[in-house]
Amino acid sequence: MTGHSTYDTLRHLADSWGLAAMVVTFLALIAWPFRPGARKLNDEAANLIFADDNAGGDDNGD
Amino acid sequence: MESLVARAGWWLAALLFAVFMFANAQDTGFAVHMAIFALAALAGLVIALRGTDYKLAAAGRMPVADQSRYDDGLIRAGVILTTFWGCVGFLVGLFIALQLAFPVLNLGFEYTTFGRLRPLHTSAVIFAFGGTALIATSFYIVQRTCRARLAFPALARFVFWGYQLFIVLAATGYVLGVTQGKEYAEPEWYVDLWLTLVWVAYLVVFVGTIIKRTEPHIYVANWFFLSFILTVAMLHLVNNANLPVSPFGSLSYPLWAGVQGALVQWWYGHNAVGFFLTAGFLAMMYYFVPKQAERPIYSYRLSIVHFWSLIFLYIWAGPHHLHYTALPDWAQTLGMVFSVMLWMPSWGGMINGLMTLNGAWDKVRTDPIIRMMVMSIAFYGMSTFEGPMMSIKSVNSLSHYTDWTIGHVHSGALGWNGMITFSAIYYLAPRLWNRERMYSLRMINWHFWLATIGIVFYAASMWVAGVTQGLMWREYGADNYLVNSFAETVAALHPMYLARAFGGILYLSGALIMAFNVWQTIAGNLRREEPLRQAAYDAQADRPLVAVPAE
Repeated sequence: MTGHSTYDTLRHLADSWGLAAMVVTFLALIAWPFRPGARKLNDEAANLIFADDNAGGDDNGD
Repeated sequence: MESLVARAGWWLAALLFAVFMFANAQDTGFAVHMAIFALAALAGLVIALRGTDYKLAAAGRMPVADQSRYDDGLIRAGVILTTFWGCVGFLVGLFIALQLAFPVLNLGFEYTTFGRLRPLHTSAVIFAFGGTALIATSFYIVQRTCRARLAFPALARFVFWGYQLFIVLAATGYVLGVTQGKEYAEPEWYVDLWLTLVWVAYLVVFVGTIIKRTEPHIYVANWFFLSFILTVAMLHLVNNANLPVSPFGSLSYPLWAGVQGALVQWWYGHNAVGFFLTAGFLAMMYYFVPKQAERPIYSYRLSIVHFWSLIFLYIWAGPHHLHYTALPDWAQTLGMVFSVMLWMPSWGGMINGLMTLNGAWDKVRTDPIIRMMVMSIAFYGMSTFEGPMMSIKSVNSLSHYTDWTIGHVHSGALGWNGMITFSAIYYLAPRLWNRERMYSLRMINWHFWLATIGIVFYAASMWVAGVTQGLMWREYGADNYLVNSFAETVAALHPMYLARAFGGILYLSGALIMAFNVWQTIAGNLRREEPLRQAAYDAQADRPLVAVPAE
């Protein structure tokens, strides 16, 4: 393949199948947290940062 | 004991290698850098040998890390160094702002010219201040959200101190004139290789800790950190594909030439903004804002949508740096369209951060740390609106190459990155050193106002300067000649440069107050001060009402 045809092939891939594949992947990923039953898991995930309330680190302040 | 011998052996080998490279160096910059490498290896060797308790080692009882405690030593060092690098970076920024207003401050040495100090400023604030903050907070957050002690402690130490060495090499390189001449990617090939090693180790430590986690879910802040680490690795490798002229010299040439090189550079440059300065700092937002507000994030769903939209859109926005250049027109338009689309997820994230305070807005009045966080998220929103607007070709034809761009960058960097980092430091310092609170909450309030007013001076003066510049450059007379010479536009901007430097003085003063506050907090002092808010209490009125008979 010459340099020009490589460019041409990639250029056309980018605005056809490549673009379509990216859009579908993107939509699937952002639809995922909206699936039925996800609300409870999302709430748990949002609150997990409050489970520890401060376990503290090594020899703090010594 | 064997591991100690092996470690000392590695340090010695590194020391000898650096000395060998130093001896063969072909230019001063390379020689200085190899000397710095050698000193770092020597320091590593001394620490490895002196830091070991030989009695315990001989008895085969080396101390084992307590897995029920978090590994916070590096994070403490990170808080101190972030504060330090912040002050250094802001000081250099103020100095070069004054150089623009008063060129005599170039001082007549090649080492102190604007051209050499400017990358020193940008790297000091982005990579030293921002990068150290990112490494420290990511180590803090990943441990807390995974409920697991940091994986690979020795490697984590290599990441942290290796990154500091990278900063020192980059900074000294700029002053000595060792540079690739690429925005945000100035360090030469051997410093790039070093950073690659550090970054791979960073990925291993971070992913290792996530794998060790005891929480089933990976909290969204870690998604942002992981995307930051992975994307920066990819950007760094592609944009720094350089061929050194000699293994013993600092000079190298990029593999990409011409417009391809320009596109690779701005694909890198813009995603450094997108993934270093946005994704990484959003991770801080998604952890510290809910923690400080003591409320979960407004919508966890929205945070996931925010994440994927940012990932899918940001990576294409780079070409907007190359409007009206040799870059193909379709690529310019692509960059513009994706930049404009990026506005939506950015504001989704801003809304998510701000609405977390829903029902707790009173804290903006009573908690200066929350106030700082709110201001930082507000600046995230403002600069992510301004950016897409400036990426539109017709706007860009006015704003490009002017000070408007500088103003835009600073409203993002000082407002969003700076303020969220300051609030993270204020959140972390009392917890890491086991103090009741920061030394002074009122000083945080002072810092907030100095920083905010400083940014207002900076951004407003640069808007005026940028639009003035843009209009003067494009002004044609009736004879079809340009009306203004370049020097005339520079003279017109002088008052704006003074206003900018004044904003810088305010911002730097705020950071110095923070440094004092952090220092006093570490020292264990608590300033006796009036709380920011107390409910009204009148002792005189606090008594039963006795009916007084009418006379």
